[in-house]
Amino acid sequence: MSGHDRRLDHSAPAASAGATADSGSSGSAGAGNGSTWSGSAQAGRSAAPSSADPAAPSGAPSAAPSIELEGVSFSYPDGTPALENIELRIDPGELVAIVGQNGSGKSTLARHLNGLLRPTAGRILLGGRDVRGLHVARLAERVGLAFQNPDRQLFAGRVSAEVAFGPRNLGLRGAELDERVRAALDAVGLSAEAASNPYDLGYSRRKLLSLASVLAMRTPILVLDEPTTGQDARGAARVRAVVAVAAGEGRTVIAISHDMRFVAECFRRVVVMRAGRVVLDGTPDVVFGEATWPELRAAYLEPPFAALAGARLGLGATPSAASFVAALGQRARNA
Amino acid sequence: MAIELRAVRYRYAGASKDALQSIDLRLEPGRVLGVVGANESGKTTLCLVAGGFAPGVVGGRLEESARIDGVETTSIPTHALALRCGLLFQNAATQLSNTTATVFEEVGFGPCNLGLVVPDVIERVWWALKAVGVEDLAPRDPARLSGGQGQLVALASVLALRPRYLILDEPTSELDPAGTALVADALARVASETGAGIMLVEHKAEVLARIADEVIVLGEGSVALAGPAAAVLADPMLAELGIEPPERIGLERDVRAAGLDWPAVLAEAPA
Repeated sequence: MSGHDRRLDHSAPAASAGATADSGSSGSAGAGNGSTWSGSAQAGRSAAPSSADPAAPSGAPSAAPSIELEGVSFSYPDGTPALENIELRIDPGELVAIVGQNGSGKSTLARHLNGLLRPTAGRILLGGRDVRGLHVARLAERVGLAFQNPDRQLFAGRVSAEVAFGPRNLGLRGAELDERVRAALDAVGLSAEAASNPYDLGYSRRKLLSLASVLAMRTPILVLDEPTTGQDARGAARVRAVVAVAAGEGRTVIAISHDMRFVAECFRRVVVMRAGRVVLDGTPDVVFGEATWPELRAAYLEPPFAALAGARLGLGATPSAASFVAALGQRARNA
Repeated sequence: MAIELRAVRYRYAGASKDALQSIDLRLEPGRVLGVVGANESGKTTLCLVAGGFAPGVVGGRLEESARIDGVETTSIPTHALALRCGLLFQNAATQLSNTTATVFEEVGFGPCNLGLVVPDVIERVWWALKAVGVEDLAPRDPARLSGGQGQLVALASVLALRPRYLILDEPTSELDPAGTALVADALARVASETGAGIMLVEHKAEVLARIADEVIVLGEGSVALAGPAAAVLADPMLAELGIEPPERIGLERDVRAAGLDWPAVLAEAPA
């Protein structure tokens, strides 16, 4: 357990450095005006460990555990089927976006990852071990889940108490606990609100608060259910920076989102769900590539505008603004 | 007839500063008024004030004039407001009544409370469910819907009231792109066919580009920009106000910022 603690300590300065990456990286991606996030997302990418060992034992200090879903099916007690025979492997340090139609099972899947729901068939392995035997409290140390609806998550009377709740339950006290709270609030830009009542904050900031309370757990795996919903440009940039920083620390980030721009810019793998099944799984280049548009649209999704524009110009796969600008620049130089 | 705010100032009970300062706006029947703004700029408060929900239900202090069809909202009783104004909360879970066993009953809850006869209630429920494309959810338990499905059902429950004014606080925030397009088209249809005036708070600039007649941009409780939707959404000031422009405009800006020309062939591509 001491090795585990050391890893957590290491991530502390990195987390606060992330806040500066948010404002300080004008970015070599050249996406320019108003896109500081693309620079930090890039930084996250290059800093992510490329050789994380998926077979590492679950207690290993250096890597998040892998996640494997084997034939996972789930039906709600009223008989509504939500997941059907999901086969999915997520390696340590992966950045995975889960997209799909409303009601396609995305949030249900997320709730399986931290044990809030247990599959009615199949099994889920964390670091190679079946989670069935793990108590929710043990899972909570590994997998942090930020709910889609912050009001289902928040309950404390003060913002700082809300954020402290998780790490306190991990046994942290005193200066160490304070530091966790400070860094988490800093990462989402809520430091000035530490003494406020969570319900005096607007929806968008309650949502950032629910994210902070999960960040404070410093779990090796982060699961974010529609983190950019309701955010303005600045709030969305905060969320992107949080994802980039977590990626830079080698954590696994799994986000559910309808925001295809966010998905294409920040994630390296996109899983498309439809009616409880995984129908597409690949890099943004592949999933948002022209060949899969019919399948995407059958899942009620639309590729990002940059992908449409890139195809229109014959630039190939350009799912993000940065990749579109780069491809367009390349063509201009060749001409 | 219109919802009309003149120099409205509003402060929540116990708050140390005004949430809205000097807001002017006018929402006429049949029109779609888009509202955008950064986090905490007063969008949700504006919904509550324009719908007469604040100060009437939530308390606080309103100064100057907020009128619905010429009557100050502070003198309209809540049951009468419900006939005029349908208010969709940002958080769909707080909208649902938690008293019904099926989506059908949930959407019928409002019309029943308006005292409509049963055949009319049934007609309205099917109309509203179809308008947002969720008639297949009718037998489902409202407590067991996904976030996006819950949002569509909450919207249907407000549409079923057939109010003269609809005030919608981010009705598409948890919807997939197809659901978002469906709701946008449904709202445009409701405005043109039933003559409802719609005030629409929306972070997705694409939605406003598609259906809004006018757009106002809030910044720190005041109107920072206002005008025809196309002009406001293309205003370079948007970025400074913390608003993401529509995807195409954002991409064009990125391309130009990199010193490249915006390809002419994309000018007529869909936004």
